[in-house]
Amino acid sequence: MSGFEQALLYLNDPYNWTRPNGILELLRQHLAISTVAVLAAVVVAVPVGIALGSSGRGRGAVVVLSNVSRAVPTLALLTLFAVSPIGFGARATTIALAVFAIPPILTNTYVGFRGVDADVREAAKAMGMSRRQVIARVEFPLALPLVMTGVRTAAVQVVATASLAALVAGGGLGRIVALGFGQQDYGQIIAGAILIAALALLTEAALVVVSWALTPGPKRLPFLSTPRRADAGAPEPTAAAVPL
Amino acid sequence: MLNAHAGGPTVFAADAAPNPWFDPSYVVDHWDSIMGYLGEHIRLTVGAVVIGSLIALPLAVLARRSRFLAGPVLALSTIIYTIPSLAMFAFIFPFTGLSAKTVLIGLALYSLVILVRNFLTGLQGVPADVREAARGMGYGSLRLFWQIDMRMALPTFMAGLRIATVSTVALTTVGVLVGHGGLGQLIVGGFNANFYRAEIVTGALGCVLLALVADVLLAGVERLLTPWARVRT
Repeated sequence: MSGFEQALLYLNDPYNWTRPNGILELLRQHLAISTVAVLAAVVVAVPVGIALGSSGRGRGAVVVLSNVSRAVPTLALLTLFAVSPIGFGARATTIALAVFAIPPILTNTYVGFRGVDADVREAAKAMGMSRRQVIARVEFPLALPLVMTGVRTAAVQVVATASLAALVAGGGLGRIVALGFGQQDYGQIIAGAILIAALALLTEAALVVVSWALTPGPKRLPFLSTPRRADAGAPEPTAAAVPL
Repeated sequence: MLNAHAGGPTVFAADAAPNPWFDPSYVVDHWDSIMGYLGEHIRLTVGAVVIGSLIALPLAVLARRSRFLAGPVLALSTIIYTIPSLAMFAFIFPFTGLSAKTVLIGLALYSLVILVRNFLTGLQGVPADVREAARGMGYGSLRLFWQIDMRMALPTFMAGLRIATVSTVALTTVGVLVGHGGLGQLIVGGFNANFYRAEIVTGALGCVLLALVADVLLAGVERLLTPWARVRT
């Protein structure tokens, strides 16, 4: 396939990496937009998820939010923010991506805090812990694996969808693909696709390691451990399980 | 990328003309082309989900039978999941070109990945006792699969189908990359036509409505197919 050979040539040319608007600059844009979007979503979604999850209220709202967010195309949201008074550019893209990152984090945080054993909560209260202490020292560590799952899915989703911004004049690595289509340059299209896919897979892998390192308790190596048979094929309980 | 057609030689539509978010006259005037895009959107979604389930079902059956297969199948599906749609379509594009086939193959892959997981979960959820009992009653493996496994796993299957359908509806819009994005054509078309908001909003709302209608329809089908579940409530 000559397209793939051309892609290797494109990726092998140092000038394509270092020039203005080259791969490195677009990568930096891509990562900056994604990082800000995910952090903003964490700041909004985690406290709300904790409040709803530890009090047990708002279950219906969380379910509806995660279902409806699946039906809204990311491309539509990116475009709508771009033509709104915010104007197109990095800011509109960041806001649209942050909005999309909220449901998976919120749902997983909610499910994580909801899943804390009532006996454990009871025991902590009996030991004289205040409500704040119970949340911070008992519930949060127990819910952390699920919270991190939410952050990981959101981050991979954001890194992946940030490439769609290029379809509506945004920045990031998607621009290489869009430019390739504009110039009918197969090599460039494939090269951009390889970069985007690699970045998404690396984000996933990196966050698996991070959440493994953060999780308290006995650790199993993330890539070596085999999931128990019972939950081997279990789909994730959230809006998370959606291609991007 | 921006091929803006301004009304006059010097006046840009964005500056001079009002650009409302909602414009019923746009929908009325462009009814035929909107319906055309909607038709393409529905064809792509239905085609992808049908192809996806036809491949996913045998895969899930195989994966249940041997644990050695289940691992790789699930690992591969996680990797395919993670590949962004833009990259996926770009990878398929050199083989199929600027045709709806490119979008169809990509969407079918994604729905396949969702469905395999749900089908496998559903099949694994069939209690061993029930299968044992059926076998004791003389059920052959085909009848066991069709009359016991399929029915016991139906709710999980339908949940998978609903998730796959709704997310495929949303994902079809990315097909604009190769010019076959269904209602996504309206979204990006409106953007390129000097940020014409009415067209963009029509495309976006159309997608959301289509997803909701599809979800409700599938929920209805599930109700029809599982008459025993209605009694319990």
